[in-house]
Amino acid sequence: MTRRQTIVTYLVVVPFAVVLGFPFFFALVTMFKTNLDLANVDHSPYTYNDLAGHLHWDFWNYATLDHVRFLFEETNYPTWLLNTAIVGGAVVVITLLLAMPAGYALARLAGGWGQGAGVGIFLVYLIPPTLLFLPLSRLVTQLGLKDSLWALILVYPSFTVPFATWLLMGFFKTIPQELEEAALMDGASRLKALRLIVLPVSLPGILTVVIFAFSLCVNEFIYAFTFISSSEQRTVSAGIPNDLIRGDVFFWQSLMAATLIPAIPLALLYNAFLDRFIKGFTGGAFR
Amino acid sequence: MEAHAARSRPVGRRWRHALESRRVLAPLLIAPAVVFMALVVGVPFVWAIYLSFTDAIGGSLSGHWVGFDNFTSAWHDENFRRALRNTLIFTLASQAIVVVGAAVLSNFLVRDFRGKWIIRFLVVLPWAAPVVLSTITWLWLLDSLYSVLNWTLARLHVDHALVWLFDATHIEEGAQVPLQWLGRPNLALVAITLVHAWRILPFAVVIFIAGRASIPNEVEDASRIDGATGFKKLWYVDLPLQLPIALVAVLFGIVFTAVDFAVVYILTHGGPFNSTQVLPTWAYAVGIDSGSLGAGAAISLFLFPLLVLVTILMLFFARRAQVS
Repeated sequence: MTRRQTIVTYLVVVPFAVVLGFPFFFALVTMFKTNLDLANVDHSPYTYNDLAGHLHWDFWNYATLDHVRFLFEETNYPTWLLNTAIVGGAVVVITLLLAMPAGYALARLAGGWGQGAGVGIFLVYLIPPTLLFLPLSRLVTQLGLKDSLWALILVYPSFTVPFATWLLMGFFKTIPQELEEAALMDGASRLKALRLIVLPVSLPGILTVVIFAFSLCVNEFIYAFTFISSSEQRTVSAGIPNDLIRGDVFFWQSLMAATLIPAIPLALLYNAFLDRFIKGFTGGAFR
Repeated sequence: MEAHAARSRPVGRRWRHALESRRVLAPLLIAPAVVFMALVVGVPFVWAIYLSFTDAIGGSLSGHWVGFDNFTSAWHDENFRRALRNTLIFTLASQAIVVVGAAVLSNFLVRDFRGKWIIRFLVVLPWAAPVVLSTITWLWLLDSLYSVLNWTLARLHVDHALVWLFDATHIEEGAQVPLQWLGRPNLALVAITLVHAWRILPFAVVIFIAGRASIPNEVEDASRIDGATGFKKLWYVDLPLQLPIALVAVLFGIVFTAVDFAVVYILTHGGPFNSTQVLPTWAYAVGIDSGSLGAGAAISLFLFPLLVLVTILMLFFARRAQVS
């Protein structure tokens, strides 16, 4: 790139990054603010100020860890994180068990109707959760799963399986068919070829599905919000708005900390697997 | 023992032989997923459709058959109409911003430059963060009293200009400094649209980058030989080739925005005065908060045919664009 192109690139890319990242940067600033500093509208919201609203060189002495401590010691936040991990982990396992065989079959074995089935799977993804959750909540009650993490583990695959099948279909299509055919020629059964040849090669793709299915679970709000009523059984997405926003009282610093803590590791994972995701996504039904 | 083993072998072989055949293996591998989906999506879906034709209320999941009453009364309800209008506004306006933003950003993000990693990390953040949590961050940024956005606008001395602009364009008449982003009906529409655009943009950028990656290198070489550069190349070469994948990004964006419940619920609860309700939140308010299950199901159902139509159109165009 020429010097001019480099400058133009930064002129476009940096403002976008600032706008997209700003809420998280500001959450980071807010989470360490003291109550008096936060509540005074004359104080700069970007810095940690003394009582008169002045900024000092040792600004960290005017910040506090109290609200982060509050989040971990006085609320169920650690439990919510754990619950989220449990639900996400269990759902990912169920999703892989169902979606891997289906994705493989649609990519390789189904032939003509594989395309149609791919579109059909996508249509399932379009059914709004607000529609499904009335009957589903009844089902959950009937099964005695109300107020239990099992309710979420049962219901979440309803949206992770179509998505994962779609992605895995794409990954399996990108694996050269010759690899399997060679194994079949050597006398391996189709299932053996699947296990020994296809699975190892598609491991990065499967990991990608794991990450995105997990993050769909962390994101889910409406089922977690309605199926679970006791605080100890909530996931982060339902627990934070339920317990940390009480009427008009907002624990802003704790809320911001609660937001940032899951977002950062997820974003790092996304970044690491982005290229794989792109590959699987475009390989899906459009190739 | 031996005789038994000998007898059972052909059976085993026949089984194994059957597993080798595509006609047997394919349905066998797809079946578990299909059965599961039929149970947790198919049955509730049909049930919900049934409910929308009944007067079911509260915890009971059945009621008297009322035909299309729920649909017609929803259609004549002012709140429903506004929710439908808002859903369309949020979806179309945010996707328009997203498509333009993603087309520009993706073109630059594929280049090599120093600090690309951190830029990419920041760009991906809104998509990676759980929706509910990032929306709570926006609730803080747009707070009626402590809004950092208003504070910054005031320090840059553009707050009054912005108020004048909203007034002059009739977007929000009679607004005052500091702007009540979530407290005034039309400003709240603007704010929610922007939050949707903000959270979908990274996803669209990623899909656009994928689209660029699928353009063969020969095209690049050929257009260079033909002397197509800069804007001309972008318009006549890059954009048409990115069209199919752009449609995919738009399709997903529309679905993500249209069915979203969390953003409106967290930011405004549908208020002020139901002015920002969308179909999912209105269905929730009617079906759950007020307990009219049948009516709530009918409201939710309005969205589905629209989404199916959008999907079919998009898939059709995506495939056609690819063939040509």
